[in-house]
Amino acid sequence: MPSSHIMSAYDEELKYLTRRISEMGGLAEQMCADAVRALVNSDTALAQKVISDDVILDSAEREIGEKAIVTIAKRQPMAADLREIIGSLRIAADLERVGDLGKNTAKRVIAVQETGIPRNLARGLEHLSELALFQLKDVLDVYVTRSAEKAEAIRQRDEEIDAMYTSLFRELLTYMMEDPRNITSCTHLLFCAKNIERIGDHATNIAETIYYMATGMQPEGERPKDDRSNTLSAILSDE
Amino acid sequence: MNVLTEAATEKALVKKMNEINYKMVGQDVSVYYGDKRALFDVNLGVRDNTVTALIGPSGCGKSTFLRCLNRMNDTIQSAKVTGRITLDGQDIHDPSIDVVELRARVGMVFQKPNPFPKSIYENVAYGPRIHGLARSKPDMDQIVESSLQKAGLWNEVKDRLNEAGTGLSGGQQQRLCIARAVAVSPEVILMDEPCSALDPIATARVEELIHELRANYSIVIVTHSMQQAARVSQRTAMFHLGHLVEEDDTDKMFTNPNDQRTQDYIMGRFG
Repeated sequence: MPSSHIMSAYDEELKYLTRRISEMGGLAEQMCADAVRALVNSDTALAQKVISDDVILDSAEREIGEKAIVTIAKRQPMAADLREIIGSLRIAADLERVGDLGKNTAKRVIAVQETGIPRNLARGLEHLSELALFQLKDVLDVYVTRSAEKAEAIRQRDEEIDAMYTSLFRELLTYMMEDPRNITSCTHLLFCAKNIERIGDHATNIAETIYYMATGMQPEGERPKDDRSNTLSAILSDE
Repeated sequence: MNVLTEAATEKALVKKMNEINYKMVGQDVSVYYGDKRALFDVNLGVRDNTVTALIGPSGCGKSTFLRCLNRMNDTIQSAKVTGRITLDGQDIHDPSIDVVELRARVGMVFQKPNPFPKSIYENVAYGPRIHGLARSKPDMDQIVESSLQKAGLWNEVKDRLNEAGTGLSGGQQQRLCIARAVAVSPEVILMDEPCSALDPIATARVEELIHELRANYSIVIVTHSMQQAARVSQRTAMFHLGHLVEEDDTDKMFTNPNDQRTQDYIMGRFG
């Protein structure tokens, strides 16, 4: 922020939104990391914690929404201030969704608990979640600095997650074909993998929002995509 | 090669300028009040059927520029205007231009409603009468009615046209002044903070009126309310310390202006 508002209370309101978003980001990140850890280690207690943490994230999103509305009504923000507030609303919504995805993953811990997860699949999931959480962590750092360049760079990185997800998808399919008894747990794992991949998408959304907040322009061009799991036959014929 | 591209860009620019219909154009307009220079080489066009808002902090020259457009600065002894201002391509400082005629074509509404101490009817009829726009009483009645209609005041005053204009409420008085400006069939209407003395409802009425008048007139409005500029105008020009900082589409100006000074001003920050 280049300069302060003439009304200092306005600055306080904007700072409050920024602080709450950062807090939400931290919690969402923690929830997702815990959910994957719970899944890999079959830790139901940790999964339970993730599920209950989601309530905090939901209420934070609602609170940010209410504060933003009040600020808009009171201050009639313009230009960068307006983009800041609208951006906060969007980012809060993305983070709330990230929390939901973490929670959904945690719920599946209980379902796959009995059969356990094959080691190699667990490693694949861990790697996917490392990528997605790295993406999320980076984008939250960029939120603090508001660097349009860095936001753009993060947006370009989503491709890697998509590629990893496609390969995991293929692995799970093979596993199911080998032994139909694996189908239940593998389907759950597939959902978990999709959840994690979606976290990457939300991080990319946030990067785009930050870019808009900083520049007033939408980032140019299509975001890179390498998720080919929606063309199932294409993947299978690659074999 | 470079020269060629430059020439091509310039050509494209000129072509673009020609495609826009400018009602009035100010070129290198400077204004001095005695030794003090109030306006520095302002280049700004007023587009046809468009509301142009002039914004900027107090003393930035926006009202000064507005007053140049119908030569209101002529009335100030010490004021000197340089540069060229055209209305439909014709220089408004040309000796052949009759300034009374000019002010009929470029009408003005002021900050404080200033109806004449006469009846509502006479307030509106005064201009058309001195300009000889009505040939008969029914003609004049017609002008008065349609002007009051256009100003959105007819229904409120049609049964008391002979009552004093000064007896109306502030918002009604301002709309009466707008009716008075409209009565002489101007082409451009200048408004100098027309709503600053009005309550929010009267303000909304005047803004609605500006929106309607735009279909037939070019409007230039000076306002201190950012929200008002954003609501009523299509183009916005930002002034600062006598300089034109930037002029752009209103939508762009209030979401993503180019100049830091505009940013700071519209967001209420320390510049």
